[in-house]
Amino acid sequence: MTCWLNRQLNILDYTITSLLRRWWKNLSLIFIYSVLVFVIGSVMFFTRAMQREAKLILADAPDLVIQRLVAGRHDPIPLARAEKIRSIRGVSAVSPRLWGYYFDRINGANYTLQGADDRGLLPGDIDIGAGIARSRKIEAGDIFSLTDSNAIPQVFQVRKLFDAASDLLTVDLMIMPTEDFQSFFDFPADRATDFAVSVRNPREIATVAGKIVELFPDSRPIMKDEILRTYASIFDWRGGMMIVMVAMAVLAFVIFAWDRASGLSAAERHEIGILKSIGWDTGDVLSLKFWEGAVISLTAFLAGILAAYAHIFLMPAPFFSHALKGWAVLYPSFRLTPYVDFSQVAVLFILTVLPYLAATIVPSWLAASVDPDAAMRS
Amino acid sequence: MIFNPAIIALLLSSTATAGLLVYAAVIGIQVLHGWNPLSGSEGQLLLERKTSLVSTILGYLLCFHLVALMLFIHTADALHPLFTGAMCAAGTLNVNGFGYPALLLKLFNTLAAGLWLIINHADNQVHDFPLVRPKYAALIVMAPLAALETFLVAGYFTGLKANVITSCCGSLFGGDQGTFAGGIASLPPMPATATFYAAAFVTLAAAFFVWRWGRGAILLAVAGMITFLAALVALISVFSLYIYEIPTHHCPFCLLQKEYNGIGYLLYSLLLVGSVSAAGSGLLQPARKIPSLGRTLPSLQKRLALAAFFSIATFTLLVTLKMMTSSFRF
Repeated sequence: MTCWLNRQLNILDYTITSLLRRWWKNLSLIFIYSVLVFVIGSVMFFTRAMQREAKLILADAPDLVIQRLVAGRHDPIPLARAEKIRSIRGVSAVSPRLWGYYFDRINGANYTLQGADDRGLLPGDIDIGAGIARSRKIEAGDIFSLTDSNAIPQVFQVRKLFDAASDLLTVDLMIMPTEDFQSFFDFPADRATDFAVSVRNPREIATVAGKIVELFPDSRPIMKDEILRTYASIFDWRGGMMIVMVAMAVLAFVIFAWDRASGLSAAERHEIGILKSIGWDTGDVLSLKFWEGAVISLTAFLAGILAAYAHIFLMPAPFFSHALKGWAVLYPSFRLTPYVDFSQVAVLFILTVLPYLAATIVPSWLAASVDPDAAMRS
Repeated sequence: MIFNPAIIALLLSSTATAGLLVYAAVIGIQVLHGWNPLSGSEGQLLLERKTSLVSTILGYLLCFHLVALMLFIHTADALHPLFTGAMCAAGTLNVNGFGYPALLLKLFNTLAAGLWLIINHADNQVHDFPLVRPKYAALIVMAPLAALETFLVAGYFTGLKANVITSCCGSLFGGDQGTFAGGIASLPPMPATATFYAAAFVTLAAAFFVWRWGRGAILLAVAGMITFLAALVALISVFSLYIYEIPTHHCPFCLLQKEYNGIGYLLYSLLLVGSVSAAGSGLLQPARKIPSLGRTLPSLQKRLALAAFFSIATFTLLVTLKMMTSSFRF
């Protein structure tokens, strides 16, 4: 065992000196290899971090959201239904929610407006998200005007701005008292946008949803699990799409690696010839080639993965964010929580190192099995 | 199909390993037809050189197989939120008919690659390559299996549609079910534990015998395989309860989750190494009759027996410690 280990260590030692002797030739390969690992790694780190972020945020989402559909479209739901839903066994609370969207002509952005009475807002007061404040250049205490559904300008006083830490949820959010909301949108007083329903036992959510549909056939229940599942699928899909697009680059890299490994220079052939003539057998030269591939792969893999980590978690992912996040006029600025696990490294390994190794096996063997006499004569 | 980087990686690795193995099998056919160690012809020389290529390919393949096997289970586990009713890999693999066959074939192909490398190592110790024919005949069997695995993996992932109601691990391994897995879960704990300990004891004793006196390798191989199966059954029916500390949770996949410190990866790796080493030691026994191998094989068998001894001993020690320190009691 020690003998075998020493042999491999000596071959590795020789490999590294041999690679360093031709560092300029290997540098281009390592650079292209690292860029590939960087691109695929960035996509994977980003999508996984976004999935985690969505999961953490949705942990506080209501168990069940009940909407009403009229002609297949979302329509305000009568408040009278809340009582009947509350009486279903297993339901712990039903809270009607008032919310809608507002298009601001000044900056071309969409805001989310919410009516709520539990925040201690006085009539005419409004709380706004940091993104709105930035884009309209206003601060807490300023006067803020919005045009209501009858095209009449309404004036509100900004009570406070939401914390920047909650940007992902509040960047485009405005909260005003319920009555202000109803008069602003001309919203019927006996209706709500939807109901947030809490269910005591999470295993009963589907049953409760079924009972609600039975009671009110025009309602649409949306379970928290479904929302989580949808977000997970969206980011999976986006990540998968990016990987498929990068597949062409992987293919090009494989051809490049194959070409590099099979096109031995005269000096390299000479070197292998000398090694074999002083007693190395084909197996030893194959070990040398294996270690060469391992050193190159490990260097490129580590460099690429570190660069991808820095790109996604230390910078705001400048190269990919638009393709993967989606876009909006007011986009929340947020830093993703670093998260890397075994499966991401294994996937990266399979998508980058495996094609490289598979492409270089046969050329390495061809190089290792050259005839020493012919190699030295060439 | 769910479009996910891990699924793309698994499809790529399955295709690549199957492709490489088919290539190796083609060389295998050439070797079976043209191998003549007494000849010094150019063709024979080329074939001899190609054997080192096939060894290298299989070495890489084992490494790819191991990474892909772990990633396959991990991915199946990670996909569970997409399926109503699935709580871990047990439910996700059950979403369509390809899941479990793909997993079992992956496991089998990994074991086969490991055993092939052991035989190859033994064969390369001597200069007349006496095991060339059986070795390359085995490759011709392994290649279609690798292709079948690719087909099953592709069938499984392309057939996944999020939201399909599946049985969760709670109902699949929950006992009182007509399924095979449910049957394992509801086995009485005492006989399952006793069988495992008895099999492990025989394996350890046989491994010690092989290591000390160079005899009993066939017994070691049989006992090793029985220990492998008995350990899996005992893991599902008894040990899992002590690890999860829940009297109804029998799932063998939840062991891989973070909540249990990924102890499953360690336990399954020990079992794989232990059973491959034990089986490899026994598989080499008939080859001891070949004069050239007669001198080198015993030392290789001893090393394999030692590896089997330490893996099975560590596995047994780990599960015993878990049972002793767990707050769960029957």
